[in-house]
Amino acid sequence: MKGVEVNVERVSRSYGDFKALDDVSVKINKGEFFSLLGPSGCGKTTLLRIIAGFDYPDTGSVAFDNKDILPLPPDKRQSNTVFQTYALFPHLTVYENIAFPLRLRRVDKQTIESKVKEYVRLVQLEDHIYKKPSMLSGGQKQRVAIARALINEPRVLLLDEPLSALDAKLRQNLLVELDQIHDKVGITFIYVTHDQSEALSVSDRIAVMNKGKVLQIGTPYEIYEAPSTRFVAQFIGESNSFPCTVLSCEPYEEEYLIRVDVPALKGEVSVTDYEPQAIGASLDFTVRPEKVRISTNPPRTTAKELNTFKGIVDEPVYSGFQSKFYVKLEQEPSTQVKVFKQHTVFLEDGPDIEWKDTVYVSWTATDGYLVKDTDR
Amino acid sequence: MNYHKYSNKTGFSFSYVMLALVVVFLFIPLFVVVFFSFNSAKGMQWEHASLVWYKTLIFDSPSLWAAFKNSLIIALTSSITATALGTLAAIGIKWYRFHGRSYITTVSYLPMVLPEVIIGISMLIFFSAVKVRLGMFTIYAAHTTFNLPFVFMMVGARLDEFDYSTVEAARDLGANERQTLTKVIIPSIVPAVLSGFLMCITMSLEDFVITFFVSGPGSGTLPLYVYSMIRYGVSPVINALSFVMILGTMVIAIIFRKFLKTVAASS
Repeated sequence: MKGVEVNVERVSRSYGDFKALDDVSVKINKGEFFSLLGPSGCGKTTLLRIIAGFDYPDTGSVAFDNKDILPLPPDKRQSNTVFQTYALFPHLTVYENIAFPLRLRRVDKQTIESKVKEYVRLVQLEDHIYKKPSMLSGGQKQRVAIARALINEPRVLLLDEPLSALDAKLRQNLLVELDQIHDKVGITFIYVTHDQSEALSVSDRIAVMNKGKVLQIGTPYEIYEAPSTRFVAQFIGESNSFPCTVLSCEPYEEEYLIRVDVPALKGEVSVTDYEPQAIGASLDFTVRPEKVRISTNPPRTTAKELNTFKGIVDEPVYSGFQSKFYVKLEQEPSTQVKVFKQHTVFLEDGPDIEWKDTVYVSWTATDGYLVKDTDR
Repeated sequence: MNYHKYSNKTGFSFSYVMLALVVVFLFIPLFVVVFFSFNSAKGMQWEHASLVWYKTLIFDSPSLWAAFKNSLIIALTSSITATALGTLAAIGIKWYRFHGRSYITTVSYLPMVLPEVIIGISMLIFFSAVKVRLGMFTIYAAHTTFNLPFVFMMVGARLDEFDYSTVEAARDLGANERQTLTKVIIPSIVPAVLSGFLMCITMSLEDFVITFFVSGPGSGTLPLYVYSMIRYGVSPVINALSFVMILGTMVIAIIFRKFLKTVAASS
């Protein structure tokens, strides 16, 4: 592996009274595509800048392969950065921009030429090498920045929201390309973003951050399906989330079946969890909208694992491949349950569920989960 | 109500009137000067077309050319000094955080807002207090002083819109502080530095008031010389000189515009 292991241990950083990073520890494996995900101001960029050497922690340590890097200036670290604003040198051509790090090191002309050609090919900019940055589109500029950051052959590439200034379609394409580049060069990528779908689609692992703290580190799958706190559940994807109180808890196959009282639903809900919960504990009950089924007829089974609520469609939102329904519950009209329904069959006669229809929303106990509401 | 419709219909709106007035007030005097520079007579009566005043200007005005030479020397030297100092000052103020930064910034704009007479008198007092003989050097020093804030301001404005992350990028890619300055910062502020330099040249060439106070015997610049000529009556040589200077500035302005455009296009 060409990449390096990045070990951030107990790093804190304050700006006056504002705690940008509060005792953050992250261990990033060699060659991993690792994302730091969180809303703006959560400290993800500060952490990246500390790793790059543009900022320094008040306490804590940062090491590459167990070697402390904090005393080193940015130009002596084996990391390079791709900036949100591209940070290309406006007076230099694409070629000169990419060759810049090599020329600083006084590499001979032939080597520069062949290496620049190699990296230009990697980011697919062969047709633009003699253009100035002002003549390039946003996507092309970011490709130049990526090539320029990679040509020094760093062991870690730091990406600071590199796609946030691009439009949605281009962002998707470049994201896939970034993933392919990562596979080709095989070094560690640390990717800062506030866009959960970006992070979910390319990362090996994600650290979700909020208010200077790391809330959860895990694979995209773990983060989405088993969020550990209320903030993670609500920040990643969409969810129906309600405060609840534990009524009972009994073993259920390899897990526990827990009955909770949900005031917002004016009813009880069954939910499974890997861990037993204390009776009377205040938690958050959450279920993803795409896991909720919607039908005009009541579900046939009345097993206790199935949670069913009756309501009226308050707002159907048709968006081609799926429809979103906001269902107002019969017993508690102030609560809306979000339901996403994929259109897997041809809707020849128009939608089968319409505005003001009386519907049943249901989900099984295994599709819901309980999260700690520590962020409140 | 509907201004666009109104102005389109009449074709003769307030802005057209203003444009015409500006053209009349700005350019008619110039045309008069140019016109009479080709007059063979000395007075304001037209006799017949002649280049006699141009002949006098070119072949028979040694002291005028001496003054012009003084002007050029002072313009070039003071502009180079002011541009170098002003650029470095602007970079230093933006780059480093130190106590009293904002005070320095404010104070450095003073020569720009103070009346020229006050600057002239204070410099005269200063030079005589430190017993510097008035002459080319004092004019050079004075011009450098009043030119400096313009460069400082123009380069500072360019640095304000300068993307600081390119500096971080340069450091990140392996450049040390000096390389960052010479390979990234200075090249991208070149347009502002050049415009500042040209501004200095024009300001220095045309300055009268301050130069008047700090000049000594034999160190008169062109504006001072023209002023002394006028005191003995308006000579048509001045008309000829004016036309030559109008042409000269136009050529410089056009070349500079083209040059700046290519620099701007490449950055």
